[in-house]
Amino acid sequence: MRKTPIALTLMALLGSTPAMADINFFSTQARPLEEAQQMREIALAPYGEAVNYMPQEAGTFLSRLEAEKGSANGALDVLGGLHGELGSLTPAVLAPLDDLMSTLGEQGISEQYLSLGKLGGEQQRYIPWMQATYIMAASRKALPYLPEGADLNALSYDELLAWGRNIEAATGQPKLGFPAGRKGLIHRFLEGYLYPSFTHSVVREFRSEDAVAMWQKFREIWAVTNPRSTAFGFMQEPLLNGEVWVAFDHTARLKDAFNKRPDDFVAFPAPAGPSGRGYMPVVAGLAVPANAPAPDASRKLIQYLMTPEAQIRTLRATNFFPVVATELPDDLPASIRMSGKAVATQSSAEDAVLSLLPSGLGKQSGLFNKIYRDAFVQIVLRDADIHETLDILAPRLQALIDKSGAGCWLPDAPSDGPCPVK
Amino acid sequence: MKSSSSEAVMSSSLPSEASARPLEQIAHKPRRHDMAWKWLFRAGVAILVLWVLVPIALLMLNSISTPEQISGWPKTLTPALSFETLDFFWHYQGVISALGNSLLAAGFTMVIAIVLGAPAGYALARFVFPGMNAYRMIIILSRAFPMPLLALPLAVIFIRVGIDDSILGLAMVHATLALPFAVLITSSLFMGIPVELEEAAWLMGCNRWQAFRRVVLPLAAPGITASAVFAFVISWNEVFASAILTVQNRTLTAFLVQSLSESPAEIKYAGGLILVVPALLFLFAIRKYLFSMWGISNR
Amino acid sequence: MKHNRWLPYYLIAPSLLFMGAFFLYPFLQIFAEAFTNSDGGVGLGNFSRIISDFNFWPSLTNTLLLTGVVVPVQLVMAIGMALMVTKMNKGRDSILYIWTIPLGISDLAAGIIWLAILEQFGFLNSFMSAVNLIDAPTSWLNYQNAFALFLAVVVAEIWRGTAIVLVILVSGMGLIPKEYDEAGQVFGASYWQRLWKITLPMLRPSIQSALILRTLLALEVFAVVMMLGGSDMPVLMSETFDWQFLYQQTGAAAAYAVLIMLISVAITGCYLKFLNVPKEAR
Repeated sequence: MRKTPIALTLMALLGSTPAMADINFFSTQARPLEEAQQMREIALAPYGEAVNYMPQEAGTFLSRLEAEKGSANGALDVLGGLHGELGSLTPAVLAPLDDLMSTLGEQGISEQYLSLGKLGGEQQRYIPWMQATYIMAASRKALPYLPEGADLNALSYDELLAWGRNIEAATGQPKLGFPAGRKGLIHRFLEGYLYPSFTHSVVREFRSEDAVAMWQKFREIWAVTNPRSTAFGFMQEPLLNGEVWVAFDHTARLKDAFNKRPDDFVAFPAPAGPSGRGYMPVVAGLAVPANAPAPDASRKLIQYLMTPEAQIRTLRATNFFPVVATELPDDLPASIRMSGKAVATQSSAEDAVLSLLPSGLGKQSGLFNKIYRDAFVQIVLRDADIHETLDILAPRLQALIDKSGAGCWLPDAPSDGPCPVK
Repeated sequence: MKSSSSEAVMSSSLPSEASARPLEQIAHKPRRHDMAWKWLFRAGVAILVLWVLVPIALLMLNSISTPEQISGWPKTLTPALSFETLDFFWHYQGVISALGNSLLAAGFTMVIAIVLGAPAGYALARFVFPGMNAYRMIIILSRAFPMPLLALPLAVIFIRVGIDDSILGLAMVHATLALPFAVLITSSLFMGIPVELEEAAWLMGCNRWQAFRRVVLPLAAPGITASAVFAFVISWNEVFASAILTVQNRTLTAFLVQSLSESPAEIKYAGGLILVVPALLFLFAIRKYLFSMWGISNR
Repeated sequence: MKHNRWLPYYLIAPSLLFMGAFFLYPFLQIFAEAFTNSDGGVGLGNFSRIISDFNFWPSLTNTLLLTGVVVPVQLVMAIGMALMVTKMNKGRDSILYIWTIPLGISDLAAGIIWLAILEQFGFLNSFMSAVNLIDAPTSWLNYQNAFALFLAVVVAEIWRGTAIVLVILVSGMGLIPKEYDEAGQVFGASYWQRLWKITLPMLRPSIQSALILRTLLALEVFAVVMMLGGSDMPVLMSETFDWQFLYQQTGAAAAYAVLIMLISVAITGCYLKFLNVPKEAR
């Protein structure tokens, strides 16, 4: 009896020696269990070498990197994360990857994405890995209630409101839906869709009269929105169980609905406001920690992931689209075909307003999102005065931008120095 | 009358209080009355048993339902048996080794917490010494501080010392969570064991340690087991330290459970079940320990 | 015995050293962070920052209300259950096992369990529609229905957290010598008199520990609330998490953590004072 603890101790200590040569791929993407499994089976299995794919919430992801920062020997080989997540690290934590650019440079990655990957410096800190955006999805049951003359592919926010009202009048239930839960991405809707569509800005016009009008409109839309929205993280679920008929979300978070019942749902572009049709592409990147144990192995995995074949496999696994120029095959799952079409319509729309991911915010990017979420909670959920709320939040927004020194990004006009809030 | 007022309070807030009374009074009351009380008592027990079991049964029901049934309406109590979702977990890459890590970490946590905590609990119960209140406060304080915040500085130290990504290192962190419970639970236990029993043993020639082992320990065993169980459960369910302090050697919670709340409903429910079952089995396995010694001083 | 004077110190030393290494050091670091302003100076900047946040007062009141409702109910329930256990003859072990099952269930799992019951298409609504109380699935858990949300969390917390109180009380109750109770009976005391005058006072050390532990846990309630209430019901712990992991502002998160600790210490102090346990000093 007495010997067992000692034996166990030895076992555990042995477990801590870095005996395994698996490549540790630490990622904030493809977190839901099924997606992580697909990432392993579809995207990483053909690589041949053992890859330990570890999906991780952004918070623990960043904490782990923070903890390893000071150590000479890190445990992680490859990092995968959204632009904002990688950007909130001290750039020196990430090894410069300019050497990879000689081989990757010719693959047709957009210049915009590549420059985002420099995180405001001179060197390539991450390689753009995959991209996605946000679109709308609706149950076919909702289509009969579309307001007269409305074109699903060129909807306006007024028409969305009318649509929601029609549905509520007919069914007695508010059936619009937004991912406003804890795990939801409503802040992206506000930053990349609503604000650009109504003010052609994200930061500068934060408390302008246009913004006030926008919040008023959103309040009206919210009145015909399922109040459970504040609990929704991934809109595919309420779409599938019928709680919601019309929803906004990330393409990867709608995919189950499209895949499980492709004939019951339609995908379409986000609505337009007075200033145009705001939309926001998101990009995830691949990086290598500066203290990675085997930098060459890390680079090799990145090179594999950037091949057109691996990019399409990643698309199948995660619903994130390739960043390299490639032909998409015909046998893709329904979700990719459906959302792909909506994405293309959205970005090529005449009134499209491209909104970029916040850049240069560094460690402040979490707080930046909080400002918009706070505004939403106060104004829409807690019914606070719009002017008052925006006046409280505007100085906070300015303070965090000043602190990070971030200049304006699209759709805001460029600025000298930190982006000013009017 | 004082007793009646307390009775009113207790029985109004909980029917079982009132129902606990009759068996005592069998000798004094007419028989029919007794029977009524007896049934009330049984009903109270039954309700509380159902209160615990029904939610778990419903979770099990959900985890063997098809995804369509889970998002369907209304729910039935007779699902079409589908083990697809549970099967998914079973084949999930790395689940088995994560399970092993979890068990190992929980086992270590249990041992560390008891070996360090029980003596301290005994000291608090049996002695008055300068600094004991300070000690008590430090122990309580440690539990009052949200652990997840400490994971980052701990990880920095662990990496420096070289126990990063080890199960033992993780267990030590979990033990800091469990130790305060172990100290408090065992101290209240030792306090409840009359010191006269120990003194009697001393008089019979036992030294302090012998008296402790032969007299106090058997009496305290169930309570010590209880705090061991608690240590096990704390470690089993802890997510954040595990997620930050381990890389290769992940525990089940860090490996799987962390992303449960983002997964579709059917995965969520099946994952919930997987989280629940091992702890149930563990409790079941040691229930004899936990309860067999119970009430020994009553006999 | 002659080594008595130092014995208690030997007994507490290992745990003290252990806590010093694994708790005190990181704790001091975070504690210092709470009082470090963004410009590096010492001050209360982090505290004024979290207090001016929109979620501060809701999260504080939610947490205190939850604790205030859940802990007393659990104590009363657990005392009742423990008394029932003492009255059982056969099947006691099985019933005690069942009653302690929630002990093994994490708050995340408890949240999932109650979500399955309380969500719009959950078992509660199904049941109510089966007995014709409602026609269509109604959603209880939304921000417009703060009371229902609160109630749901209370129910889930009571379900999950009563077992730990029960276990502590049952172990404590088993140690009360039966002679006391028998003496009470001899003097003709009723069951309630004996409960109130003998059992509960003798149980005081256990009640004290149980209350302290339960309250500390209640103040750190998190996963259950997040599963059922999401962002509609902020609590202190969820704010701590968000500031640390979402907004990457360790200083503000540390300020929340210090606040949680202060509240815990204050309440614990009250328990220690008002449930003072006489020590059998040697």
